[in-house]
Amino acid sequence: MNTEDYDKLLNKNAVDMKPSGIRKFFDIAQQIDGVISLGVGEPDFKTPWKVRQAAIETLQKGRTCYTANAGLIELRREISKYLLNTVHTQYDPEKEILVSVGGSEAIDLAVRAIVSPGDEVLIVEPSFVCYAPIVSMMGGVPIAIETKVEDEFRLTAAELEEMITDKTKLLILPYPNNPTGAIMRREDLEQIADVLNGTDIFVISDEIYSELTYTGRHCSIVEMEGMRERTVLINGFSKSFAMTGWRLGFAACPREIMKHILKLHQYSIMSSPTTSQYAATTALRECMGDIQKMKSEYNMRRRLVTDGFNKLGLKCFEPQGAFYVFPCIRSTGLTSDEFCERLVYSKKVAVVPGTAFGKCGEGFVRVSYAYSVSHLKEALKRIGEFLEELKNENGGN
Amino acid sequence: MDALLKLLKGNARLSNSELAVMLNCSEKEIADQISRYESEGIIKGYTSIIDEAAVDPNAVTALIELKVTPQSQSGYDEIAREIAEYEEVESVRLMSGAYDIIVSVTGSNIREISQFVSARLAAIDAVTSTATHFQLKAYKENGIAITDEQTDERGMISP
Repeated sequence: MNTEDYDKLLNKNAVDMKPSGIRKFFDIAQQIDGVISLGVGEPDFKTPWKVRQAAIETLQKGRTCYTANAGLIELRREISKYLLNTVHTQYDPEKEILVSVGGSEAIDLAVRAIVSPGDEVLIVEPSFVCYAPIVSMMGGVPIAIETKVEDEFRLTAAELEEMITDKTKLLILPYPNNPTGAIMRREDLEQIADVLNGTDIFVISDEIYSELTYTGRHCSIVEMEGMRERTVLINGFSKSFAMTGWRLGFAACPREIMKHILKLHQYSIMSSPTTSQYAATTALRECMGDIQKMKSEYNMRRRLVTDGFNKLGLKCFEPQGAFYVFPCIRSTGLTSDEFCERLVYSKKVAVVPGTAFGKCGEGFVRVSYAYSVSHLKEALKRIGEFLEELKNENGGN
Repeated sequence: MDALLKLLKGNARLSNSELAVMLNCSEKEIADQISRYESEGIIKGYTSIIDEAAVDPNAVTALIELKVTPQSQSGYDEIAREIAEYEEVESVRLMSGAYDIIVSVTGSNIREISQFVSARLAAIDAVTSTATHFQLKAYKENGIAITDEQTDERGMISP
């Protein structure tokens, strides 16, 4: 075997795949002692105790076998009820819901079930890092739709319409959005639905942050006329119930799509972790109140951090979902990468360059507020000092 | 408990302007509400949570259980108030169960506390017995962890 150059022998799409932009910055931040981070994309709360206890009980009883491929039926029934309550849409727990290993697996399965080589996939950016690489892996062509701060990072019907060609197969719609904190209101979704109706374009709606919507209730594209039939709705337990490490998410879609997604899941995963599934069943049955507690805590921090950045002169539109703010750093004259690198070296505060989430993230940084108030205040103070130093430096030139 | 009280209980040093932003109201509303709480006696004061052992490794805190004969007119109140008057006493509580009053005291060494118990508390006529428990280590005080800070296991950066 030619061990000199494995890359020539391995799958071209995998070799060509770029490592996540976050990784590079992670390596830098990791090397510096005493960094305070605002870079984490997961809750700082612990999984509600009832959920942990439910998992322990099933372990004690030895309930550790595989479950049905699609997941425990009682969990799928709870998910079905949850979707009916929250997005007012009926999904058959027997045939239209799959319990996946995190929302991430569901995204991967849905893309693989929908996209063929040469298909164009419209990806709203800035957004979570996994969509384009998975599309490329399938031989699909990822095409970014760049959203703008003027539109509060919402996808507009005009932007969507402009990007549609006869090769467009799929739209990936990630709201509430990581990294911007943007949401889509009902009227925005109605206009998107108007564009999609009359086409054969599918939608993957990644709604993992749906429970963290601070102004009004979360609205899903599946609620719009003609959208349920083409949409794979993805959600999970990581963000809402602070269950990231349990690796549990779900997909819901029409049975005609689900039967293919299920085959992919069957062959790659078999069934999602059993302990986590029992835990998640308890989460949906008994812990909706915990979500409200966490959400009201996030909401206070959201206002504190948004206000903090605006006061520092880094303009920050008011995010209405998830647990991120996305301040604009153009006034510093630095690129996103430069800003983050210099901030971490000089003040030991880690935030993530907006460019990690798509080219149009240039000029912005992602700041997570999944941290305690005192941690956030200290970080804001240091960022303020950093900005002062930049000013003095520029004034001195 | 309302959101303002909860925030102040967790951190009384949040400024009115920070509280106003977090609770989505004006600074004046916060200031007014806080004065109302103060004048109604809902907020009794503002204090720091201090790790005594970090300040003085020899400092000793004790919880002292007292059995007390209630007085004909005032019940336990008068005795509890009398005990609360002592500067060394940090808290006084009337309890249900095996004893009546529990007192917490911090002193600079064990002898100081022993003396306080025998000379002051045990000397009160109505006190029929005392049991002194010396604290070995404090982990949490008023909702705040005071042992080594928990490390954030989430790592530095994640998507």
